Amino acid sequence: MSEYEMVIGLEVHCELATASKLFCGCPNAFGDEPNTNVCPVCLGLPGSLPVLNERAVEYALRVAEALGLDVPAESVFSRKNYFYPDMPKNYQTSQYDMPITENGALDVDGVRIGVTRAHLEEDTGKTMHMGGAGRIHGADYSLVDYNRAGVPLLEIVSEPDIRGAEQAKRYVEELRATLLAIGVSDVKMEEGSLRVDANVSVRPLGSAELGTRCEIKNLNSLRSLVRAIEHEADRQWELVAAGDRVVQETRHWDEERGRTIAGRSKEEAHDYRYFPEPDLVPVAPTEEMRAAVRATMPELPAARRRRYAAEWGIREDDARVLVDVPGLGAYAEEAVAALTGGATAKDVVNWVRQDVLAFINETDASPAELSAPMLAELAGMVAAGTISRNQGKDVLDESLREQKWPRDIVEDRGLAQVSDEAALAEVVDRVLAATDGFVEEFRAADDKARKKKRGFIMGRLMQELKGQGNAQVLNRLLDERLG
Amino acid sequence: MTARITRPEVEHVARLARLALTDAEIDALTGELGAILDHAAGVAALDTADVPPTAHPVPLVNVLRADEPRPGLPRDEVLGEAPAAQDGRFMVPRILGEAP
Amino acid sequence: MSPAAPAAEIASAVRSGRRSARDVLEEHLDRIDAREGDVHAFNLVLADEARAAADAVDAAGDKGPLAGVPVAVKDNLCTRGVPTTCSSRILDGWKPPYDATVIERLRAAGAVIVGKTNLDEFAMGSSTENSAFGPTRNPHDLGRVPGGSSGGSAAAVAAGFAPLALGSDTGGSIRQPAALCGVVGVKPTYGTVSRYGLIAFASSLDQIGPFAAGVDDAALLLETIWGHDRADSTSIAAPRPALGGGGDVRGLRVGLIAEMLDGEGVDPAVRAAVEGAAAALEHAGATVDRVSLPSTQFGISAYYLIAPAEASSNLARYDGVRYGMRAEAPDVAQMNAATRDTGFGPEVKRRIMLGTYALSAGYYDAYYGQAQRVRTLIIRDFDRAYDDFDVLLSPTSPTVAFELGAKTADPLSMYLCDVCTVPVNLTGQCAMSVPFGRSEGLPIGVQVVAPVLGEPVMFRVARAIEEAAP
Repeated sequence: MSEYEMVIGLEVHCELATASKLFCGCPNAFGDEPNTNVCPVCLGLPGSLPVLNERAVEYALRVAEALGLDVPAESVFSRKNYFYPDMPKNYQTSQYDMPITENGALDVDGVRIGVTRAHLEEDTGKTMHMGGAGRIHGADYSLVDYNRAGVPLLEIVSEPDIRGAEQAKRYVEELRATLLAIGVSDVKMEEGSLRVDANVSVRPLGSAELGTRCEIKNLNSLRSLVRAIEHEADRQWELVAAGDRVVQETRHWDEERGRTIAGRSKEEAHDYRYFPEPDLVPVAPTEEMRAAVRATMPELPAARRRRYAAEWGIREDDARVLVDVPGLGAYAEEAVAALTGGATAKDVVNWVRQDVLAFINETDASPAELSAPMLAELAGMVAAGTISRNQGKDVLDESLREQKWPRDIVEDRGLAQVSDEAALAEVVDRVLAATDGFVEEFRAADDKARKKKRGFIMGRLMQELKGQGNAQVLNRLLDERLG
Repeated sequence: MTARITRPEVEHVARLARLALTDAEIDALTGELGAILDHAAGVAALDTADVPPTAHPVPLVNVLRADEPRPGLPRDEVLGEAPAAQDGRFMVPRILGEAP
Repeated sequence: MSPAAPAAEIASAVRSGRRSARDVLEEHLDRIDAREGDVHAFNLVLADEARAAADAVDAAGDKGPLAGVPVAVKDNLCTRGVPTTCSSRILDGWKPPYDATVIERLRAAGAVIVGKTNLDEFAMGSSTENSAFGPTRNPHDLGRVPGGSSGGSAAAVAAGFAPLALGSDTGGSIRQPAALCGVVGVKPTYGTVSRYGLIAFASSLDQIGPFAAGVDDAALLLETIWGHDRADSTSIAAPRPALGGGGDVRGLRVGLIAEMLDGEGVDPAVRAAVEGAAAALEHAGATVDRVSLPSTQFGISAYYLIAPAEASSNLARYDGVRYGMRAEAPDVAQMNAATRDTGFGPEVKRRIMLGTYALSAGYYDAYYGQAQRVRTLIIRDFDRAYDDFDVLLSPTSPTVAFELGAKTADPLSMYLCDVCTVPVNLTGQCAMSVPFGRSEGLPIGVQVVAPVLGEPVMFRVARAIEEAAP
């Protein structure tokens, strides 16, 4: 199937982390009791009117700065009219022909992916379907919670510049890291603060025309995104290759069955009847507003990765997780700053990427809760040979869990490696002497046999030293004696 | 641009507007709307090539509110007016289509 | 002749202790008892609530500028805990959990809200015959309409049920009933009175305004409700206008709007009244001339595209889900549609259909988009006129009060009642109707129009007209 090319555009909805909703002062909070964060405005009660949240505007301008989007002199809200029970007014106050930002791009692994626009709009409430295994089809009735109605969203629309499912995933990862870095959202797909819809079409390789596209919804994770895009592209190409038409429609990803399913909306193609929102006045971002945003722009992910790579001698790719996981980079930086002795920044990064990250994933701890100086101490102890690398993993684990200093743990457990050369030399000589003919047999053996014998004698030495021999020193001593 | 509206168009508009019109209503509306649109045809015919639309009678911009949360309505006041509610949520009969 | 200013007098008497608010209220409740059965100005008389409010005013130290004054409010203004129906079945019984800003301001000023007045359903109409609860009748002739959509408020003042009332005006809904009922009605400059809590009809046109028997009382009420509101993004921060200062019109330039005066549907008696008012102003030192505003001929067409379009969207929320009426149905879409078909009256459905069509794909530019451009043309015509004139004059309504049922068969004929009033809503400027004479016993109103924030000069001219009225 490699004679076709898939063309993908992504629509990402990002919940902005403002304290209050877009058009009213109700708390913008996740997980509260249903219908406890509502008021006449976000319930759309008769007579209510919207008032725009200045922080939502600020956050939109931050995104514009981060993605190189233009900010037109004036932007306007428009009503998107359609009926659905999660919509208190049966119109969504959104933006249509005059969005707050447009024409930017995101660099994804060296490829420029265009961003058509990013606009503000209000979120809808949430429906729960009852009586039919929780799915919408077959439900008896539904229950609606409007806590989320009116939460500010930024809809970020990419150009159809993405050419593969993996690239789509990378785009979302990069966008997510950027939004996190500039502090506008907590971008958690699992909580719905980052939602992705994919527009997918296919065309023969080399063709310049766009094929008919389908919009794929219900992508709840990056894994779903990749699987769904690959499935949908295959589905479409099969149709095209057989001479059939791809029908332009909205399809839903069914995670269990691993395929996209045509939507069962009873409506005909939606006619949203957009018109300018008469209850709001235009937003004309001033130079002052934009300068204030520029002054507080943090280091963006790409720049940060480059800096880590340059300063610490690691690959940009390895730096990615430090940037993607909130707080992990700061933790690593603090640890690096606290290093003394022979450990390097690269050592720290390795410890962080493997053991610390594993710990975080297992326990859901936040890097902000962990002690960077403790990690620095641990790295130093291993680098100095005070404990072995394996011992280091154990000690770090306990240090992370119990918030104890590594040197205390080593002392409590009596783990300090014997690194003293004289002491070790004495043990090596003793063990070699006690092992009849070992040295002669070793010298007479071939490489393969030597390896085995080496391992054997090392094992005897470690046994003697109760596992606390410094392997590097032991190896050197053996080298000297075995010739 | 013909100003007259047809019966199928009226039916389509009724669907968009979520109005379950009876046949009699559709017939009546087809005539009434047609007459009103005929009258409005005068507007449609005007030359307004260089005239910008007025969406707002007042030239305000940037009316913004500080991002300060304040408590909402008590839930029982909200649900007290609901035609049907269950478990702190508004209850509606089954929803057949997905949200757009 | 200057009518007494009953509201100002009441407030003064209650503040000074000469009269109690309770006494004043009971007097008005008696009048309501006597005639409300015939007039049907109210959807709901709030006798108990009003008594409690009057008692509170009597007990208060600082009683406020409207101390003890009974006020009737149109039933599309949200009153907390009190049914607000918009005279529609779809909202029958709904109690808002909050007060409209203007209601808060009334209460804070010591006013006593005496009831919710009848209106054309969702403010759509010019006769109050579109109410789901039956029409209001003109107190001057019970066989005739009071005008609309704020017919109940106009009738309440005309019948003496309350010296003051609040209405809303989207295409003439305060001014036209004021004219037909022989009272003063004001549509203030758009944005000067908060719309928060006014159940929306057409958001870019709606304004709340006062009814009173005389110009001074209307000024008193307008001053109370006027002013910026942070809850309304379209609210402007205009300073409190100087509405006092008598009726000195010397040197003012008054323009008679030719198209409205000469329009073919205009009753000769109405035309004569406007010319009489103009003559009186000349006599008082103003200069009067005719002025042509050609674009106003398209006012009705533009209005009947813009207002229904915005209304179709504003009324989408009435779907049986969260409040109000619900019709049973097997799925939610059918439930919405059945609720709306049963809950809305024919005029509301007509306008929703018209508005939905005007916004729909393929028609937006020709209808809604075009109407917004015509709006600009009308604004330009008025701006040009204000180069040469300070205020403009026209009939408020082309005819006096017509008989109940006379125009209900032909919606278009009803729409044409608004031909003099809608251009003002399209532009956002201010206008008011002042009673001037009668024709066969039925009141005639003269419309004074002034530029945006021109309330001071408008009130001055209105006073002069009032003083000269036969």
